[in-house]
Amino acid sequence: MVSVQNWLQGTVLAAALAAGVLGLAPPARAQSTGPVKIGILHSLSGTMAISETTLKDVMLMLIDEQNKKGGVLGRKLEAVVVDPASNWPLFAEKARELITVQKVAAVFGCWTSVSRKSVLPVFEETNNILFYPVQYEGEESSKNVFYTGAAPNQQAIPAVDYLMAEEKVQRWVLAGTDYVYPRTTNKILEAYLKSKGVKQDDILINYTPFGHSDWQTIVADIKKFGSAGKKTAVVSTINGDANVPFYKELGHQGIKATDIPVVAFSVGEEELAGIDTKPLLGHLAAWNYFMSVDNADNKAFIARWQGYTKNPKRVTNDPMEAHVIGFAMWVKAVEKAGTFDTTKVIDAMIGVSVPNLSGGLSAMMPNHHITKPVLIGEIQGNGQFNIVSTTPGTIVAQEWSPYLEGSRDLIADWRSPMSCGNFNVKTGKCGGGS
Amino acid sequence: MRIILLLLGVLLSAPAWAQSPLLAPLGSQSFDEIRRGVEALAVSGDPRAGPVLDALQAGRLLVQPGGALFIRESSGNVVSAETDAPADASDLRPVRVNNGVRRAVDAAMGGLRLFAPDPATRADAAEAVFRSRDAAALPALDRAIAGEHDAGVRETMQQARAAAVLATSDATDADKLAAIAKLRARGDLDARAMLASLPDGSPAVATAAIEAVAHIDWALQLWGLAQGAFYGLSLGSVLLLAATGLAITFGVMGVINMAHGEMVMIGAYVTFMVQEVIRAQAPGLFGVSVLIAIPLAFLVSGALGVAIERGLIRFLYGRPLETLLATFGLSLVLQQAIRSIFGPSNREVGTPAWMSGAGRFGQLTLTYNRVAIIVFAVAVLFGLMAVLRFTPLGLRMRAVTQNRRMAAAMGIRTGGIDALTFGLGSGVAGMAGVALSQIDNVSPNLGQGYIIDSFMVVVFGGVGNLWGTALGALTLGVVNKFLEPVAGAVLGKIVVLVLLILFIQRRPRGMFPLKGRAVET
Repeated sequence: MVSVQNWLQGTVLAAALAAGVLGLAPPARAQSTGPVKIGILHSLSGTMAISETTLKDVMLMLIDEQNKKGGVLGRKLEAVVVDPASNWPLFAEKARELITVQKVAAVFGCWTSVSRKSVLPVFEETNNILFYPVQYEGEESSKNVFYTGAAPNQQAIPAVDYLMAEEKVQRWVLAGTDYVYPRTTNKILEAYLKSKGVKQDDILINYTPFGHSDWQTIVADIKKFGSAGKKTAVVSTINGDANVPFYKELGHQGIKATDIPVVAFSVGEEELAGIDTKPLLGHLAAWNYFMSVDNADNKAFIARWQGYTKNPKRVTNDPMEAHVIGFAMWVKAVEKAGTFDTTKVIDAMIGVSVPNLSGGLSAMMPNHHITKPVLIGEIQGNGQFNIVSTTPGTIVAQEWSPYLEGSRDLIADWRSPMSCGNFNVKTGKCGGGS
Repeated sequence: MRIILLLLGVLLSAPAWAQSPLLAPLGSQSFDEIRRGVEALAVSGDPRAGPVLDALQAGRLLVQPGGALFIRESSGNVVSAETDAPADASDLRPVRVNNGVRRAVDAAMGGLRLFAPDPATRADAAEAVFRSRDAAALPALDRAIAGEHDAGVRETMQQARAAAVLATSDATDADKLAAIAKLRARGDLDARAMLASLPDGSPAVATAAIEAVAHIDWALQLWGLAQGAFYGLSLGSVLLLAATGLAITFGVMGVINMAHGEMVMIGAYVTFMVQEVIRAQAPGLFGVSVLIAIPLAFLVSGALGVAIERGLIRFLYGRPLETLLATFGLSLVLQQAIRSIFGPSNREVGTPAWMSGAGRFGQLTLTYNRVAIIVFAVAVLFGLMAVLRFTPLGLRMRAVTQNRRMAAAMGIRTGGIDALTFGLGSGVAGMAGVALSQIDNVSPNLGQGYIIDSFMVVVFGGVGNLWGTALGALTLGVVNKFLEPVAGAVLGKIVVLVLLILFIQRRPRGMFPLKGRAVET
């Protein structure tokens, strides 16, 4: 039976191929039998390549594994990789190419908020699906985007709570790179800290340009700010390449985590791979996943990843886990919907829940964000994190921060009949502002 | 009821039967319990306290799921933490440590090491006690001060004692005033932090503390100026290093070389490769890995420079626009090539021990890596000047750049000299890469961050003039570092750029324009 089926399949395939070569196959039919295309929209060159290349690799691995399991709805998946080259307008162009030329069923991609903002109109216009795997500033919810990274209340606020409770921090340095994610996050944190009774004098906000490499004065300023006699901590939204010289300077100037701890939201295992972490012992990071999470699922994932990349030293990180969750959710939603049709898949996504790698379940909520546990880790000498705090359960994302003036009254719910990303509960209208 | 509780207690403590109650908390899963265990152990006077805490600090204290504790010795053998007897244990994990535990261990070790034979260890211990402000350490400190011979260490111990006195509630005002004077004399940020957070005391003490803080602030402000100058000097030296090579290729030869940054980047990757080889083959040489990398980086980048000149740039002399585009394309090609070979992520370049950390001079913090880079930048500058001035190659280079046709008429093979000059500039850029690998990311993008700054320095200093480049780099560095605290890093950079544009408007040829006929050709 099996052989007959194989033979049949082979014949059909050969016929389809021949027809394709001759240009005879009607496009609709070829679409319903051939492989289903998945777009991967991550920068493979330029400044963001350092972070995004890994995500492309993990997507290729996941698609490969799914195909070995027989694909989705009996059809194989085919990855279409494009390189938007860390160039924000090019993200939009490449997204359009993936959707209109390649006719992908879903896209996994983007890292920076500005790249996401750049592709957003394309996805909304073409009604396709984007899975966005990185922690971000919130204040957004689109019908066509599924945010599998953390919103501020799933990363920044629990981290600040931890420092307040465990380290008794009273004075705060909010240091960030000068762009939308750090600025919005710091605005939320500032409002949050003030709501907890922290005075304006005890908050120092500092922004630096992308790729800042000379941290001497800023680290000295932090040291000075920390000498007011109150326990001080640094909340770092410093992004990308600038972290390495920042941490090196901390080490050289002898700022130890036991004196002034730094908690970072953009530093993971991948970023630490470029630094000698011994002087950084005890500095913190807040994520929803660490490579050092101790459970069987995670160990199996690490083994698969290192096997796939043929590199026993390759590390895993939080945005990779977000893609693992996002992909599993997409597969489940497609199976639930019984079709690859994007409208139906988008509806089917809400309520889907899959195991995350931190040992729990993550569910897609009506606001198109997922539930996540929050972990706080301390940097170890070997470049890994020692998990010192885990939230008891998962946390639901607040895409519209209750601590910001403009977004306090907004909610997102993509189920009908509301079906709105910025519903104002005060005015009872969809469409944001008051 | 009591009997049941007792029984329960016996049952509960059963798994840890081998553990004395003193050590048992260290095997706990709760950080708070471990921290309290460390504090209890430190004051217990138990002979095992020293080795156990030592192991905990170094991450060598291991725990079994049952709670039994073991120490992994530096030889790799595992011994029981309780008895120091060799043990054969499996399923060991390091004891959980967080910042709170680490602080407790540091303070405890400080108290225990106050009597160590090595003065440096005693000084570190006194410093740790100083930071912990632990009133319980007073008796130990008094004994240590009485028996201390080293004046410097005794001073630190007295400062630690002052900190501890200020933390006790029952000290007399006279004691407290003496302690405040001690901290005021110490005069650093730690002392300031301590004085600023004194618990409420008598008015006299409070006034003295406020005065001391004001005094320290005033002194630190003065030191801050010197510190700012050092930061400026250090940034200037980095800019100088990055720009020196360009001062040759752009300044002397007039080639707009957009791939200059990539030469720097390749130098950094050479450092990475050298360290990889040393780590694998001869770990003992790690301390000098950077020094080994310097000539190698010069050769690799230099050879690449010669190849680029011969293969690309020589066809484009006199066509600056095409040169700009071609070298820009080349820079992208080189970046992507490195990305394909080494991967897109940062590579770890280690800092040798002699370049790590910081020295203190009064209240100045001088980080050793920055000092080393300043020295290196000056050495490169003077080395290059010497080559141009005193070697036959330098003479020919100057001859060709000043008057190409006359030089050719005198029998100089101008093509070869062009290649060597470009190679020299590229090689110097490669050496800069070795230095930059110590302070920046070693990633394919390394060079991009420096290309604009390098052009800025060369144009500002005066094209074709090495002294101008040096002074330009220094000026930009110092101005940048003094603006940064006032205006912020982002605005500071913008202000510098605006000032530079205004300056170039007034003096298009930079600070030190070349004079004479050579300029006109």
